[in-house]
Amino acid sequence: MSTGIEKEMWTTKLRKAWQKNLPVEKLLPDTQPAYVASWIYMFGVATLASLGVIIASGLWLSFEGASWYHYSSVGHFVNSIHFWAVQFFFIFMVVHLWGKFWMAAWRGKRMMTWVTGALAFVGSIATAFTGYLIQTNFDSQWISYEAKDGFNSVGIGSKFNVTNFGQMILLHVAFLPVIIGVITLIHVLLVRSKGVVPPIDAFNKELGERK
Amino acid sequence: MGIFHHFMNLKAVYIHIGWFQMSITNLVVVLSMLLVFGLALVLPFPGSKKGKGQK
Amino acid sequence: MSDRRTELEAAPWGGRTRRYDLIKEGVVAVVIIAILAAVLSTLFGSPDDKQITFKDWAVSAPADFYATSVQELAGTSGTAGYGAPYNTASDGVNLGPLHLAKIMGVTHPVDTVNDFVITPLTTVSNAAPVADALKLWQASDAKQQSTWATNYDTALTKANQDASKVPTGDYGPVPELAAGLLTMAQAGSLDGALLSQGNYFQSDNTKQTLFLGDGSYFNDQSTASNLQGDTWGMMNETGRYPGQAWLWLYSFWYQIPPFNNEDNHPFGANADAWIMVIMGGLSLGLIIMPLIPGVRSLPYKIKIHRLIWKNYYQEENL
Repeated sequence: MSTGIEKEMWTTKLRKAWQKNLPVEKLLPDTQPAYVASWIYMFGVATLASLGVIIASGLWLSFEGASWYHYSSVGHFVNSIHFWAVQFFFIFMVVHLWGKFWMAAWRGKRMMTWVTGALAFVGSIATAFTGYLIQTNFDSQWISYEAKDGFNSVGIGSKFNVTNFGQMILLHVAFLPVIIGVITLIHVLLVRSKGVVPPIDAFNKELGERK
Repeated sequence: MGIFHHFMNLKAVYIHIGWFQMSITNLVVVLSMLLVFGLALVLPFPGSKKGKGQK
Repeated sequence: MSDRRTELEAAPWGGRTRRYDLIKEGVVAVVIIAILAAVLSTLFGSPDDKQITFKDWAVSAPADFYATSVQELAGTSGTAGYGAPYNTASDGVNLGPLHLAKIMGVTHPVDTVNDFVITPLTTVSNAAPVADALKLWQASDAKQQSTWATNYDTALTKANQDASKVPTGDYGPVPELAAGLLTMAQAGSLDGALLSQGNYFQSDNTKQTLFLGDGSYFNDQSTASNLQGDTWGMMNETGRYPGQAWLWLYSFWYQIPPFNNEDNHPFGANADAWIMVIMGGLSLGLIIMPLIPGVRSLPYKIKIHRLIWKNYYQEENL
């Protein structure tokens, strides 16, 4: 139904690619393949949920300022939520990673799903680290003093100065969360677009292999 | 400040074997991670016996 | 794996399906985790060991502070001899022929004499001996300054940091300058002076942190909390709180030979750089794991997937 001119339009091309790869039925399906029936499938969502709690508590902290939690009991509570949600986040992410590894979940052209997930893991470590640097307490004094040697040793310290509180707080609340957010979004969209990887032996019969 | 705030700020206890050293708290975190993984594998998933849709 | 299998695995699932409410799952997960975090926060709170100020240091360990100030003047402190990115005093660590820090240059210049001692002293009104000492120091040339500071630093070290046991010698104004800085720190006015360096807005704590780390006091506090890198410190947290357990592998390398021995060349002495390279390589390995032979075959050999899909395997008689 499209004319030749429409075919050449970038907007048309984008819409068609989008509709083909990620129609809204794929984005928000109400069924899943029968094999999606294990608690291990909960951990991706649990990681996302932890991230949600981290972002919400982090936003609250950022509105009050970095030193708020030292003198306000509400502040200490919000800081504690942020702290424990990070522990949950990493626990669930690692369990999710183990689960996906043992499913060999990169099968069926899902390599980029694995790659974005691993990138999110590495990026989260960096983001959490900058959080530890802006606690404005003894721990952050020590971590910045100790960690500078690692970054300086390979020249990264010239651009990423862990003893610069201003730089670390900006990276922790602006740059790094955006990076994590974008990687996570791509990861989730890839999962929805490609679907949940089938069991390793799901197609043995079709391929005429022995059990 | 947390009901067990005082307890949590006592000196940490460490397991120390040769070059290996880990605080009890970190050990609890790591073990609970392994436990959660193990449970997720073996615990039956609710409603998994009856597949609804069809082939 | 055969191309045909890959195509089948990539194609939209044509087999049996089951109802699955993703949004409900997500909302329930957020609620549960928020409750869990709130419960743990109510029970345990979060770590918050008070920051160390220069006042704390100068009051609790005046001899250590005094000796460190002298080292900053004499150029024998850790920071003074660090090299890039703070100064050109040394080549810094290397990866074989690569001195990456040196290549990147002095991007955060730190002059321990002026930034740590002289400039802060000029921001306050000093007692007569200190004011005179400052005038004498500023009127002297660099060679003379260095001779005085080195003489006194050597004598103080020999006297085990006990200034009262240092014999008389050619120290110029150095003892008075260090004493003046000690007084300033004990009064609590050094923290701000180090940070602001004569300015108004400032958000870079590099100079404070480096000076603090040059003394023993800060390091001793860290050792007491088991935060030193050679005892898995980067995984630990103050008190009994969980730390960054996810840094276990990064921390691990510092515990084993050759990296746990600073005298080992070339690896132990340059452990920071080599461990960065190792961890960079391993991180890349994790990211591209599906391409790594051997590792990517493990899930086929160790059949944990049969547990995950046990119902499906039963139902399909696989």
